[in-house]
Amino acid sequence: MTDLSLTFEPRALAPEQEAIRDEIRAFLKDEYDRGTFARAQEAMAKHDFGFSERLGAAGFIGMTWPEEFGGRGLSFLDRYVVTEELMAAGAPCGAHWVADRQSGPLLIRYGTPEQRERFLPEIIAGKCYFCIGMSEPDSGSDLASIRTTAKKVDGGWLVNGTKLWTSNAHVSDYMIALVRTEPPSDDRHAGMSQMLIDLKSDGIDIQPVKNLAGHHHFNQEMFTDCFVPDDMVVGTVGNGWEQVMSELAYERSGPERFLSTFQMLVELVRAVGPDPDEIEARAIGRLTSHLMTLRNMALTVAGQLTDGELPATEAALVKDLSTNFCKEIPEVARLVYPPDAGAGDNMKYEEALATATLYAPSFTIQGGTREILRGMIARGLGLR
Amino acid sequence: MNELRTMILDTADRIFRDKCDQTLIDAAEGGEWPADLWQTVEDAGLAVAAVPEEQGGAGGTIGDGLALLKVAGRYAAPLPLAETFLAGHLLAQAGASVPAGPLTVAPVHRGDPFDVPGGALHGVASKVPWAAQAVGLVVALPDGVALVDPADCRIEPGSAVSGDPRDTVIFDGAAVKVHALDDAPERLWRLGALTRSVQMAGALEAILDMTTQYVKDRVQFGRPIAKFQAVQQSLAVLAGQTAAASAAAENAIAAVEAGGGEAQIAVAKARCGEAASSAAEIAHQAHGAIGFTHEYALHQFTRRLWTWRDEFGGEPYWQGELGRMVAKAGADNLWAFATRSS
Repeated sequence: MTDLSLTFEPRALAPEQEAIRDEIRAFLKDEYDRGTFARAQEAMAKHDFGFSERLGAAGFIGMTWPEEFGGRGLSFLDRYVVTEELMAAGAPCGAHWVADRQSGPLLIRYGTPEQRERFLPEIIAGKCYFCIGMSEPDSGSDLASIRTTAKKVDGGWLVNGTKLWTSNAHVSDYMIALVRTEPPSDDRHAGMSQMLIDLKSDGIDIQPVKNLAGHHHFNQEMFTDCFVPDDMVVGTVGNGWEQVMSELAYERSGPERFLSTFQMLVELVRAVGPDPDEIEARAIGRLTSHLMTLRNMALTVAGQLTDGELPATEAALVKDLSTNFCKEIPEVARLVYPPDAGAGDNMKYEEALATATLYAPSFTIQGGTREILRGMIARGLGLR
Repeated sequence: MNELRTMILDTADRIFRDKCDQTLIDAAEGGEWPADLWQTVEDAGLAVAAVPEEQGGAGGTIGDGLALLKVAGRYAAPLPLAETFLAGHLLAQAGASVPAGPLTVAPVHRGDPFDVPGGALHGVASKVPWAAQAVGLVVALPDGVALVDPADCRIEPGSAVSGDPRDTVIFDGAAVKVHALDDAPERLWRLGALTRSVQMAGALEAILDMTTQYVKDRVQFGRPIAKFQAVQQSLAVLAGQTAAASAAAENAIAAVEAGGGEAQIAVAKARCGEAASSAAEIAHQAHGAIGFTHEYALHQFTRRLWTWRDEFGGEPYWQGELGRMVAKAGADNLWAFATRSS
């Protein structure tokens, strides 16, 4: 009746994956013991170039890439294990995150040999950072409505327009931008292309967009006759939409989706202590029942990717459940253990609660809104 | 999934699809024992699928038995299959042989008092599923299990919201032989919770299928109601709840099969119960008035969810248990706790 598999058959991890888990845990313990990072919520948002370089040197970036491109040729499940350990530890992964997960694989799939040779070794070393230029002031969920244009000139393209909500553009080296290389036509998805833009180029004005927590992760970039050489076009001119969609399919059910407020849950468990009352125990138990289930579902999807399937609807479903779960954690915490309940040594709990509360609105928006995801699930059910 | 399990599940699916229809369920809820359906299931070796061959079973694993109950849940099969599975498991674990025919278990309510002075069983077991239809009643006692002939007890029939029998059984001195088994009541309680979890996961799959089909067929304002975004969004939530319940149940099955499952059973019962409440609400809303009628089969599934979610401990019980496990492990071990596979 539906083409959506809802069984989510358990995916057992193999000994190789447990070995990789030991490897990354040892790396993280060493980093943590040396005090290189503080456990943070929203580990994707924190950037630390030194951490990224050490992670790259230890072989944890580009793990799934083929060996000919410097990768380890490991599976999605292997990478899944490393990612969930990084996220659960609250390690600062913001700098290399996009390059590792999206830009590198995109270049492997669509890039020219020269592009691969130029960028992949730097990415894998944790030294070259990318951001994604998709959203615009008038194009959020409706990505096909973008207006940034690239006009053909001798030897390259002139880019004009504005990109918005670009995480970490201010600390990235390159943007992979989706631009219109032809005017809109009846086929809304035609005429778009992807370009690698060196963020040090002339004609780019990067402005910070502070979020409601007062932090600077987002940016707005205004392009005014910014020249992009021909050899920086990714894939085929006019094929941008298809390339972008293939990129998104891999990102939806990663472990970061159900771990965004994990540190908050840890602090709640710490706050109530080893002997919780019935209300506290039920609240923690309920959240844990969701956590463990979502983690198993994400593992199943990673396993399907490893097997060469593309479970796009399943991934959307796991992301929808996961982001709602992450939003619930601070709301449950404040009711079960009110921030003024402790004896004054409550700073860590209150900080975690504040951060989780402030970031919660973003979870069901970024990377595909709740409404878009549920629309995808409905399509999977055959309703549209 | 291994070959034997696939075969068992295919067989079960075929039998229930052929025989377990709305009319049969109606008749069963009216008090008519579905003898033909039971016989077909028993002849196919499904009633004791998870009991070792030397003890009278089909030699499948505990996971096979549980996976089979998910299929039964998908058809709202009005048979004591979960109870026969539990009874067979307890007897087999205690080294006793398992009789043919429908069996049930007691106590299913934690407060029920039992005493066995001089080998004579005294006590009252409430809400015992299918006691009047069972040929044997397996009673879990602190030091073992006893197989009791229902003819030696007094049975006061009753029924649950599900429409299935839940009887009061009065033991008034029946002579019993206790087969030693550690923590028998605890084993029954935990495994009972898991059977209800997998039954719920199966029923949820049926509810999602029914609801998806209904909104595609039902036309209002000149188009199928599936075309309305409000309907699409709520069915997406229904799909999410169904998938989460299935995942939680399947993971608990895998963990139990691997020899553990303490935390995973708590997760499964808590998560499936929560999914049941949400899914039943959405399914009824999507069906409108027709779903509230006796004529339309949705209630055969939703009523069972409303009963199963509370049996062998509802969400408050299992959430509390899980929460205490987490608190005991400690904040800094939460991740290690959550990632253990069994």
